[in-house]
Amino acid sequence: MIWDALGLQLGYNATLVTLGAAMLGMGAGATGTYLYLGKRALVSDAISHATLPGVVLGFIAMVVMGGEGRFLPGLMLGAALSAGLGLLAVTWLTARTRLHEDAAIGAVLSVFFGFGVVLLTVVQVMDTGRQAGLETFLLGATAGMLRNEALTIALGGAVILLLVRLLHRPMILVAFDPEYAVGQGMRLRAVDLAMMGLALGITVTGLKVVGLVLIVALLIIPPVAARFWSERAEIVVIIAGLIGGAAGYFGAALSATAPDLPTGPLIVLSAFVLFVLSLLLAPGRGVLAAALRHMRFQRRVHLRQGLLALASGQPVYEPLTLRLLRRAGFLRPDGVATDAGHAMAARARLDERRWQTLRSDPQFEAAAARYDGLTPLEEVLTADQIAALDRGLGLAGLR
Amino acid sequence: MLSLSPLLIGIAAAVACALPGNFLLLRRQALIGDAISHVVLPGIVAGFLLTGMVATLPMMLGAAAAALVSVALIETIRRLGRIEPGAAMGVVFTAMFAAGVLLLEQSAASGVHLDVQHALYGNLESLIWLDGYGWGALADPAALSTLPPELLRMGAVLLCVLLFIAVLWRPLALATFDEGFARSMGLNTGLLGLALVAMAALSAVAAFDAVGSIIVIAMFICPPASARLMTDRLGRQVAWSVLFATFSAVLGYSLAGYGPIWLGFANAVSAAGMIATVSGLILGLAALFGPCRHRRSGAMSG
Amino acid sequence: MSLELVGRTQAPDTDSPLAIHGLTVSYGEKPAVFSVDVVFLPAQMTAIVGPNGAGKSTLLKAALGIIRPLSGQVSSYGRPLGEMRARIAYVPQRASVDWDFPARVLDVVMMGLYRDVGLLRRIKGHHRARAMACLERVGMEGFAHRQIGQLSGGQQQRVFLARALAQEADLYLLDEPFAGVDAATEKAIIGVLHGLRAEGKTVIAVHHDLATVTDYFDRVFLINTTAIAEGPVADVFTPDYLQAAYGGRLALAQMGGAAAG
Repeated sequence: MIWDALGLQLGYNATLVTLGAAMLGMGAGATGTYLYLGKRALVSDAISHATLPGVVLGFIAMVVMGGEGRFLPGLMLGAALSAGLGLLAVTWLTARTRLHEDAAIGAVLSVFFGFGVVLLTVVQVMDTGRQAGLETFLLGATAGMLRNEALTIALGGAVILLLVRLLHRPMILVAFDPEYAVGQGMRLRAVDLAMMGLALGITVTGLKVVGLVLIVALLIIPPVAARFWSERAEIVVIIAGLIGGAAGYFGAALSATAPDLPTGPLIVLSAFVLFVLSLLLAPGRGVLAAALRHMRFQRRVHLRQGLLALASGQPVYEPLTLRLLRRAGFLRPDGVATDAGHAMAARARLDERRWQTLRSDPQFEAAAARYDGLTPLEEVLTADQIAALDRGLGLAGLR
Repeated sequence: MLSLSPLLIGIAAAVACALPGNFLLLRRQALIGDAISHVVLPGIVAGFLLTGMVATLPMMLGAAAAALVSVALIETIRRLGRIEPGAAMGVVFTAMFAAGVLLLEQSAASGVHLDVQHALYGNLESLIWLDGYGWGALADPAALSTLPPELLRMGAVLLCVLLFIAVLWRPLALATFDEGFARSMGLNTGLLGLALVAMAALSAVAAFDAVGSIIVIAMFICPPASARLMTDRLGRQVAWSVLFATFSAVLGYSLAGYGPIWLGFANAVSAAGMIATVSGLILGLAALFGPCRHRRSGAMSG
Repeated sequence: MSLELVGRTQAPDTDSPLAIHGLTVSYGEKPAVFSVDVVFLPAQMTAIVGPNGAGKSTLLKAALGIIRPLSGQVSSYGRPLGEMRARIAYVPQRASVDWDFPARVLDVVMMGLYRDVGLLRRIKGHHRARAMACLERVGMEGFAHRQIGQLSGGQQQRVFLARALAQEADLYLLDEPFAGVDAATEKAIIGVLHGLRAEGKTVIAVHHDLATVTDYFDRVFLINTTAIAEGPVADVFTPDYLQAAYGGRLALAQMGGAAAG
């Protein structure tokens, strides 16, 4: 069943929904990267929660005008309008008062959402309300999704992806260094608006599938996961798009296999699994790699400090240092230095003295910047340069 | 008298959240309340699935555990992955909320009913005190014993929060303003921050049980944020926030109950949603007219 | 040229106000402070001097336990530092806090009394008088009820110093007390610090202005990731040692001027 779903063998509608979700995920991952790199990931949380009053008001307006209340583009328009208003409120509170952005985000999301719930209870007393099913917008649902709706979502994702491609350069510049971007003649507000507009577009497009409480996950989790894999912004955007797309694909496919597997949560959890894998396994920034590096680094520091202490005849107190010295054979179990220990200590001391000389000599300024107390000088200078240093130290011939 | 009990619960919930909210706001952790209120849902579901009971205690314990787990996860991910706090929060609370919804749908399929909507916007209106007719009921043990348990629970939690803030006021203020200085005096600021978040989680879980998660988020942030715009002193800020929280609860509850009737509709609207809305209106007014709404710009060198 | 530490005049197990042994601190893969040994002398004013990013503030913070070192021991008056906190006052960098915090000047100075008033003890008149006296010492008594966000940089620095005075300590650790302050504030602060020394207190300050080292301080501790030298200004604040600390980053002429001035 699962393989059928992943292979898009579960019928035309399920296939359409799966592809739509994948497209949406790609657009969301790529868009979210700019917010994350600009340290504004949670703005999307305000946007998504602020859609609720708009959805409900859109529904009420369409019913009052005698139309079909659940007409998706109408609801999406309402969502976009109220989310835009929420965004304005966040900007206004941050710019015009002493409140910081996090407080503005929290205030806007809770108040708009609360007002939306008030409106929802109003709908419930309207005649058509009982069948409105607007609650599905909270958590998303794909069961019984119409073909046109699935197409709308896939199309929305594709359009946003295209816009991201077009606006990549200004957005990355603004996310990374707004002041420099302004210096480059960029219109900060316009780019900001575009960034938020794309996030808003993703939110509105994804409401039906993922729901407004969880859509924010698609904007946040893929970029955070992607950041572990690369130090280059344009690569992060692409990886985030791929992770988002994969999450959308797997989540939607899985949910098609059984009736009680909701789509939104499965998409989010797929993204989260990819995040955890990235957090742990990515080379460079990943946790396992970093832990290994830190351990190795700490040992090098302790060993070097221990050797320097041996060289100057000082006692060593730290248990870890003592253990490392013993294990390397530099120290006998009774705490007396071995011959190898004396030799290594002398070398470390010589290295340290050469470094000190080098660092006080302006002509070695570039090399001096590499001093970290650990790197042997042989890795930084040529043998000739070291010999020259030694002459300054009065150590010629000593190796 | 019928509505006295839900009103009191609303006030207690609002104040219990607003009090720690003041410090979270000043520590730029305002959104912790947002995160906690989202993860309460998976906690409740897990509590139910583990014990098989739709009872308050296991569910509240589950919610409290989930809140603590989420805070620990956020902190771990933030440190290990060197991720900015907002993004770490976003990753954790959405994933946990998704897990909660998934679990919920699974358990609903097994024939038991838990309600997502109840979790989101509570049911303040139903917490009435049926035997509470007239002031005499306050002296009648039989009537008192039918007080909604939510009222007692919320009252107890409010008392806890009040005590916590009162006893730890000085270290909290110190560590919030200048963590380095606080540590140089030997204060364990890490533990203190954790205790504050735990206290916020306690308020959130109790308030959530009574009134749903919307009030929780709104009360963590809106009354303290409005209060910050009213005064430049910490003590007064906290006092203002308590006033605003109380006012939001009273006005929101009344508007939800009577507003539609005045307008000629038969049914009341969501009280929790209305309380959040009123708190937002207060914030709007404070942002427009609050005497201390602007950031001072005196801090130049020279 | 011998680079052996001038400062190792006493063994680490002294009753020095602040003795640091083998301290290494790292923020990532590169140590900010590497294997530093230094013993500060009592009743002296010592400047911690070194180029930008040399680990001056890091050393101070690690010594106080504000950040966690990778290795090393810190003692104060012959005991582990943790037991001696009541005798230590600290002035953090002004920019390390959010001055938008809702508090008045007096509230901030009262924070220095935390050890005396504890969690719940009532704040009495004599506490307030003590805080006011400290404000007076830094020339800020007229600002006691001012909102801290309204202060200038120099005034903020004086408030921080007043808070440290309120701690009534024996050892004062200051992180860049003269950074970005006006001339009047600088004069006021140095006056207070000299006053402390006259009372027999120990003052250790991270300092970045080479031109004033000789005027302000008795001793200098030169650091550039590792300890370079510690000793009386006349012995340590010399072109040789300065070059060892600053390397090529300091023009010789400037150094000569600073060392001579």
